[in-house]
Amino acid sequence: MNRADLETMAQREVQRQQTFRCRILCCASTPCLSSGGSAVHDAIKDAIKEGGFDADFQAVATGCMGPCSRGPMITVQTSGGEDVIYEHVTPEASRQIVAHHAAASPAPVEYILPGDIPFFAKQKKVVLANSGFIDPERLEDYVARGGYTALGYALREMTPETVCREIIDSGLRGRGGAGYPTGLKWDMVRKARGDRKYVVANGDEGDPGAYMDRTLMESDPHRLLEGMAIAGYAVGADQGFLYVRGEYPIAAKRLERAIRAAERRGLLGSRVLDSNFNFRVDVRIGAGAFVCGEETALMASIMGMRGQPVPRPPYPAQSGLWEKPTLINNVETLGSIAPIIQHGAAWFAEIGTAKSKGTKIFALAGKVDTTGLIEVPMGITLREIVYDIGGGIPDGLDFKAAQTGGPSGGCIPAAHLDTPMDYESLRALGSIMGSGGLIIMDERSCMVDVAKFFMEFCMDESCGKCVPCRVGTVQMHHLLERITTGSATAQDLETLQDLCVMVKETSLCGLGQSAPNPVLSTIHYFLEEYMAHIRDHQCLAGVCTLDQAPITELALV
Amino acid sequence: MSVVTLTINDELVSAQEGETLLAVLHERGIDMPTLCHLEGLSERGGCRLCMVELEGSSRLQAACVTQVQEDMIVHTHSERLVKYRKMILELLFAERNHICAVCVMNGNCELQWEAAKIGMDHVRYEYLNPDLAMDASHERYVLDHNRCILCTRCVRVCDEIEGAHVWDVMGRGANSRVIIDLNQAWGTSQSCTSCGKCVQVCPTGALFDKGATVAEMEKQHNFLRWILDGREKNVWSYGK
Repeated sequence: MNRADLETMAQREVQRQQTFRCRILCCASTPCLSSGGSAVHDAIKDAIKEGGFDADFQAVATGCMGPCSRGPMITVQTSGGEDVIYEHVTPEASRQIVAHHAAASPAPVEYILPGDIPFFAKQKKVVLANSGFIDPERLEDYVARGGYTALGYALREMTPETVCREIIDSGLRGRGGAGYPTGLKWDMVRKARGDRKYVVANGDEGDPGAYMDRTLMESDPHRLLEGMAIAGYAVGADQGFLYVRGEYPIAAKRLERAIRAAERRGLLGSRVLDSNFNFRVDVRIGAGAFVCGEETALMASIMGMRGQPVPRPPYPAQSGLWEKPTLINNVETLGSIAPIIQHGAAWFAEIGTAKSKGTKIFALAGKVDTTGLIEVPMGITLREIVYDIGGGIPDGLDFKAAQTGGPSGGCIPAAHLDTPMDYESLRALGSIMGSGGLIIMDERSCMVDVAKFFMEFCMDESCGKCVPCRVGTVQMHHLLERITTGSATAQDLETLQDLCVMVKETSLCGLGQSAPNPVLSTIHYFLEEYMAHIRDHQCLAGVCTLDQAPITELALV
Repeated sequence: MSVVTLTINDELVSAQEGETLLAVLHERGIDMPTLCHLEGLSERGGCRLCMVELEGSSRLQAACVTQVQEDMIVHTHSERLVKYRKMILELLFAERNHICAVCVMNGNCELQWEAAKIGMDHVRYEYLNPDLAMDASHERYVLDHNRCILCTRCVRVCDEIEGAHVWDVMGRGANSRVIIDLNQAWGTSQSCTSCGKCVQVCPTGALFDKGATVAEMEKQHNFLRWILDGREKNVWSYGK
C-alpha cells in the first residue's frame, strides 16, 4: 500500500458510511461494557434487523465517549442532522431509540444527554479525537478519519531529524507523569549509537482509578501504532514493543488485531507504505506488577526477567532493551504524535500554557456528578474541571481535595482550586501531573485514611529490591494505621515524617521515591486532621474508628 | 584507560575511568557501610547504605553503581547520610528476626557490624516479626529466612560464579523470599552442587553450616577473589 492507496481506502470508507441514513455508535469500552453495553449493542442490532432498516441503519461498536458514569452511552449520527447522545441506555430504550430515528415514534427524551453541556463544551479532544466515533477493530474506520496520513507524510516528506525537531518544537512532554520533553528524548535515541534500536510504548497503567491509557488502547489502537511507527522512523528503530498491563485483556486483544490488520495492509511490517522503512510491533503483556510501569522494570519484564528496576544511569536512551538504545514513551504521549505531524508543531504548541503544551487526558473519579474520561487543554483550572466538566459535588457537599498522580502524587486542597493544571503548577503544590488520575474528594473523606490507602497500595506493590521502599512502606503504613485507630502519639507523627523524607531520598526507583508523596502532601495541607486524630481522638470526616489508645496511655490507666 | 580526578570529602582523589565510586572510596580507606555489595559479584544497588551526595545532583546516589567522573564532588558522611544509614539499618533489624544473642553469626555478622559501627543503639520502628520457616533439609547447610535481608548475594554467587542458578527470589515487597529452584526444599534440589558458596557470601545468619551453634559461624569471602583471578588472569595462588 502507498499513500494513494491509503487515500482511496479513506474515500471508499467515507462513501460507504454516507450510504447510511443513521449510524448508531455504541460505546464498547470497559466502563460501558460493565454497565451492560454489549446487551445494548445486541438490542440495537436486533431492532435494526427486525425493522428491516439494514440498508440505511448501521450499529457500530466504538470506543469511549467520555461520561463513563452515565453509561452505557450511545451516539446517533444522522445524515444532515446533529449527533444525538443518549445516556443510561437500556436494551428497551435502545429499541425505542431505533424506532424514533426510523421516524416511527417520539424521541425518548429522558435518555438524551444534551451535546452542549460543559462536560463536552470545555473539553478539547486531540488524542481522543477518534475515540467514540470509530470502530477500534476496523482499520478502515481509522483511515477514513485521516489515519496513517501522518506516517505517510513523515516517511515521504520528512527526515528522522526533522521529525524529532517537529516534536521538540511542539513542546510535547511525557504524559506518563514526569513530563520530560518528548522531542529531546527522541533526539537522544536518534543520536545514540547502536546497531539496533527499540521503541517501547508503556501501557502498564497502574494508578488506582486511572484508565486513560486503557481507553486509548481500546478505543483507537491504530493511533498508538501510527505514533510508534513515526517514533521508530525518527529514532531509527525497526522493532517496537507495546507493553500492556495484564488486567487489560480487551486492550491487548484489540491491539493484536490492529497490528495484524496494519501489517496485512502494509502499514506496519516490511516496507511500510512502500518506503524503505521496516517496523514490527509486538505486544507484551504484563503479569500484574505496578512497578513494571517504571521504565527499567518494564524493560526487564519485556526481556523475560523478574520485573525489578535497575539503577539509572545508564538511561534507556543509551542502554535499554538488550543493552541497545531504547525509546520508551507513555501510550498517551505516542497518541499525540500523529496530530502533531498532521497539523504541525505550531498548531499543537498553541494549545496549553507556556511550558505545558497540548492537552491532557484525566480520569475524573470520585465525588463529582459526572465521572469519566476527559481531555482538556493544559492550564485549565481545577475549578473548571470539578464544577463545569464534572458538574460539581453531589449531595450539596463541599469540595475538600483533589488527588492527582495516584500513589505518586499528592492532594490539592480547596484553597488551590484555581490552580492551572500544568506540570509546574502542580509540582509547586507538592503534587504531580502524574499519568492523569484525578480523584475528587468531598468533606466525607478523611485525608489520613486516603494517605493510608495509597501507602497500602505502595506497600503491596513495592518490588522488594531496595530496603527503604520494601520495609519503609510497611513501617509508614503501620504508623498511619496507628493514627487511624487512635493508638498513635505525637512522636509517631514525627517518626512518620522522618521516614517519608528518607524513603523519598534513598529509594532506588520512582515507586519508592514517590511513595511518601500522598502522606507528605496531606500532612502539609491537612495537618489539623492528623492532629485531631492523635490529640483529640477525633476523625473530622467520621471515617476512622479510633477505637484504640496509645500504649503509653494504657499503662497509666 | 584514562584517569579522572574527583573531590571526595574536600580531598582531591584520582581514579581510573570506569571504576565505581565505591571502589575508589574503599581504596582510599573511607569506611563505607555496604550489605548487598560484595567484590567479585555484580552490583545490585539494593541496600542503599552506600548512598552519597554528589554536588550538582539533587538526588542521592548509591556509590556501588555510580561510576567516577571527572570533577565529581562527593560527600560521603554528611549528617543527613549518616542519619539515613542508621534508619535503613533500623528498618532491616525491624523487618525480620535479628536477635543477635541467639544467632549462629553473633560476632561475625555484617549486619551487626554495620549497626555497631554506625552506633545504632535502638530501633524506633515496630518489629514486624513475620512467621518465617527454616529449611534444614540440605545435608550440610541450613536456610533461615528469619535472618535474611534479601541482599541476593546467594542468588548472584550461584548464578555468576558457580553457574548453577539454584537461588532466586519470589514474591514482592516485604513478602519477597529467596527460594531454591522452583520454591522447593533445599535437600530436594537437583541443581544444587552443594558447593557452599552461597553460605560463605551470606552476610548474616540466614545461611549457615548445619551443626553450627550460637556465634560459631564464620564466613570466608576470599575464595571469590581466588576463583576470579584464576578465571580472568589465570593466576591460581590460594592463600596469598
